[in-house]
Amino acid sequence: MSSQATVHHDHHDDHHPTGIMRWLTTTNHKDIGTMYLVFSLIMFLLGGIMILGVRAELFQPGLQLVKPEFFNQLIGVHALIMIFAALMPAATGFANWMLPLQIGAPDMALPRLNNWGFWLLPPAAILLTLPFTLALFGIGDGAIATGWTFYAPLSVQGGIGVDFAIFAVHLLGVSSVLGSINVIVTILNMRAPGMTLMKMPMFAWSWLVTAFLLIATIPVLAGAVTMLLTDRHFGTHFFDAAGGGDPILFQHLFWFFGHPEVYIVLLPVWGFMPQILQTFSRKPMYGYKAQVYSLWAIGILALVVWAHHFFTVGMPVPALLYFMYSTMSISLPLAVLFFCWIATIWKGSLTFETPMLFAIGWIVLFGIGGLTGLVLADVAADAQYHHTYFVVAHFHYTLFAGGIMGIMAGVYYWLPKMTGHMFSERLGKLHFWLTAISFNLTFIPQFFLGLAGMPRRIPDYALQFAEFNMISSCAAFVLGLSQLIFVYNIISCVRGGKKATNKVWEGAEGLEWTLSSPPPYHSFTEQPVVK
Amino acid sequence: MASKSQQAEHYFVPNPVIYPVIVSLGLLSLASGFIFNVNNYAAGGWMMLVGTILILSMVFKWMGSIIAESEGGLYKKWEDKSFRVGMIVFICSEVAFFAAFFGALFFMRVISIPELASFDPNFTMYKDFVANWPSAGPGGVVLGKEYVPAKFEPMGAWGLPAINTLLLLTSGATVTWAHWGILKNNRRQLVLGLFMTVALGIAFLACQAVEYHHAYTEMGLTLGAGAYGASFFMLTGFHGFHVLLGTIMLIVILLRSMKGHFTAQRHFGFEGVAWYWHFVDVVWLGLFVFVYWL
Ligand code: HEM
Ligand SMILES: [Cu+2]
Repeated sequence: MSSQATVHHDHHDDHHPTGIMRWLTTTNHKDIGTMYLVFSLIMFLLGGIMILGVRAELFQPGLQLVKPEFFNQLIGVHALIMIFAALMPAATGFANWMLPLQIGAPDMALPRLNNWGFWLLPPAAILLTLPFTLALFGIGDGAIATGWTFYAPLSVQGGIGVDFAIFAVHLLGVSSVLGSINVIVTILNMRAPGMTLMKMPMFAWSWLVTAFLLIATIPVLAGAVTMLLTDRHFGTHFFDAAGGGDPILFQHLFWFFGHPEVYIVLLPVWGFMPQILQTFSRKPMYGYKAQVYSLWAIGILALVVWAHHFFTVGMPVPALLYFMYSTMSISLPLAVLFFCWIATIWKGSLTFETPMLFAIGWIVLFGIGGLTGLVLADVAADAQYHHTYFVVAHFHYTLFAGGIMGIMAGVYYWLPKMTGHMFSERLGKLHFWLTAISFNLTFIPQFFLGLAGMPRRIPDYALQFAEFNMISSCAAFVLGLSQLIFVYNIISCVRGGKKATNKVWEGAEGLEWTLSSPPPYHSFTEQPVVK
Repeated sequence: MASKSQQAEHYFVPNPVIYPVIVSLGLLSLASGFIFNVNNYAAGGWMMLVGTILILSMVFKWMGSIIAESEGGLYKKWEDKSFRVGMIVFICSEVAFFAAFFGALFFMRVISIPELASFDPNFTMYKDFVANWPSAGPGGVVLGKEYVPAKFEPMGAWGLPAINTLLLLTSGATVTWAHWGILKNNRRQLVLGLFMTVALGIAFLACQAVEYHHAYTEMGLTLGAGAYGASFFMLTGFHGFHVLLGTIMLIVILLRSMKGHFTAQRHFGFEGVAWYWHFVDVVWLGLFVFVYWL
């Protein structure tokens, strides 16, 4: 009964464009994964340069290099770039590259949406950073200057940069929702025959939880910034007491997204980290089921603890108590995970190749991040620490050590699989030690600055904070420069180097290691059977 | 779930396409044009126009190739399942989007307005403010201008909104009846059911247009009418926008049905749109109860 449309059963492997058109039009999960990862690296460097401007200003008390307005813009755009354009795309890049390989799928389930999901990112990055350039031509007063949290009423009164950031968030949000749909569908529908849910690699589980959180919270952020837009330009009063609204409403909406977001960027790392640990310990990961249940427990709890980010705003005591206890309860499943990670390497026959170094460093440093979170979750203590450098140090132990250094472990772990070449171990180790040491030197002083009362997001500070800020600034520059080793190592690994074997690492387990390095352009056109 | 039978099957991976990149470019142009527009810079309108044209033309081609692939028999059970799961997840994300606006409504009504009225009279600027709903707030200075709470009449539930409820509920029934049609291979029933659904959707939109016009011209109810006006128009407005999208999709499905597309076994395009329609329907019930009625 159907009208015969003129579609031939031509196979996609017959022809695909080359050069720039290959990347613009690709529907291949590895190409798209590569673009995500490269984009993430570029944005990581850009965000890093911005924050080095900030650290340069903070090298000494007083105002030296930048105007306070510009300082605020650097801080806000740095954070937005690092979270939305460096960490999240890196995790999605790995999902694209590795999920189909790990679950034995021919590709991601919805390849065209996959392409669109990536190609929404560069326009979003342009929207975020364009206001800097426009200001040079006298249009507007620069980028968003509210910090990454968009708090009203500052964001309602802010300049054109806020509008650009709102639409950047919209594009990033659409991209994340598309990515999540794709991941969920791929995991539920594309697994190799015989791979039951409880046989899936941990990375697949962790991405399933991540995607669930994204679907539940990204649209709420989209709604929140939409209300912000109408408050700014169309006369609504969502965040204004004069019309019966409330600036605190914005904080609720933002953090309903914002807290799950910190798990969104970390969960994928929690997925592949046990795989790295087991590879270099040469024994199976400990507590697979316990880890799966903990991931879900954290995913669900993450949705109900958001108000710990504004304990000091003036909440009724029962609300304070509820948010304090629920927040602290997240550390239970998180502790289960830590226990499993440590038990995985316990009594293993360990070797310390670069990915393993990053993995071990990651456990320690991320552990510090989690423990300092518990301090902040204490309502009474948070009254002192809120909006100080203590918070800044806390979330850098989680986001830089827990997030970025975790991603780096993943890059070193999978780079030989992706490129077919080994990277330089010597440079990799150098990169690790420089990063780990300068990271600690950058952020340990910030804990003490925070305890002593130095507020965050301020371009100038009291004299007694001078020494620690100087240490922190110097170390930050070392940290930034060390990343050039990372970039160099990646580029030379793509260009050439010792041939990688299929298995790459002696103890590696999983379907991705059964394919050649690099894998064929179309992996698993015939699905493998998992017993 | 992955089963033995799929093992030999070949999953359809589409050829490289240029549409998504151009849609993104269009969005960039549309968004920056919009920003320039609301900030009173020239050329914003043109950028919006170019963006919209790019997006619409690409969406048109993209959908066209999906339809061609579908009719060309490239989607089998395995692909079909992907579309189904994907559509369900997408609708879940839409639920979360509306939840944000419902959340804002409840927060203002239950927390912020009572709170504004409950401060110690010696220390508040809102001495005479009494908490009740609907409310346009106590008034004050907003973005440098004096805001005097609008005097407005709230929208009653039992006039047009009740009729709209009836229209949408009926349309939910007609689209299901159309589904029964395709399941029985009864194309007349399919086309007729879809036609009625589209007509009901358009009638709904027309009623809403009348309602908005009435609100703005006679009731003093505008987007700027404080907490009530903002939540009323944003919730009903986004819902109306979804009805519009749903109606357009239904029209596409109607035209495809008239051309003979879909079979009793394979009609995901129809079902996806029907699910979307039911979702829009359910959101409306929430609106009717919490925005219009209570
Ligand atoms: C058991 C674990 C954790 C607890 C109990 C915890 C608790 C908290 C609390 C109470 C705050 C608010 C502090 C304040 O502003 O006064 C906070 C801030 C923050 N946390 Fe955590 N946290 C934990 C883990 C994490 C993780 C894993 C991440 C990220 C990957 C993270 C990222 C952040 C960020 C980004 C902020 C600051 C946001 C801002 O104000 O800009 N936290 N944490
Ligand atoms: Cu939090």
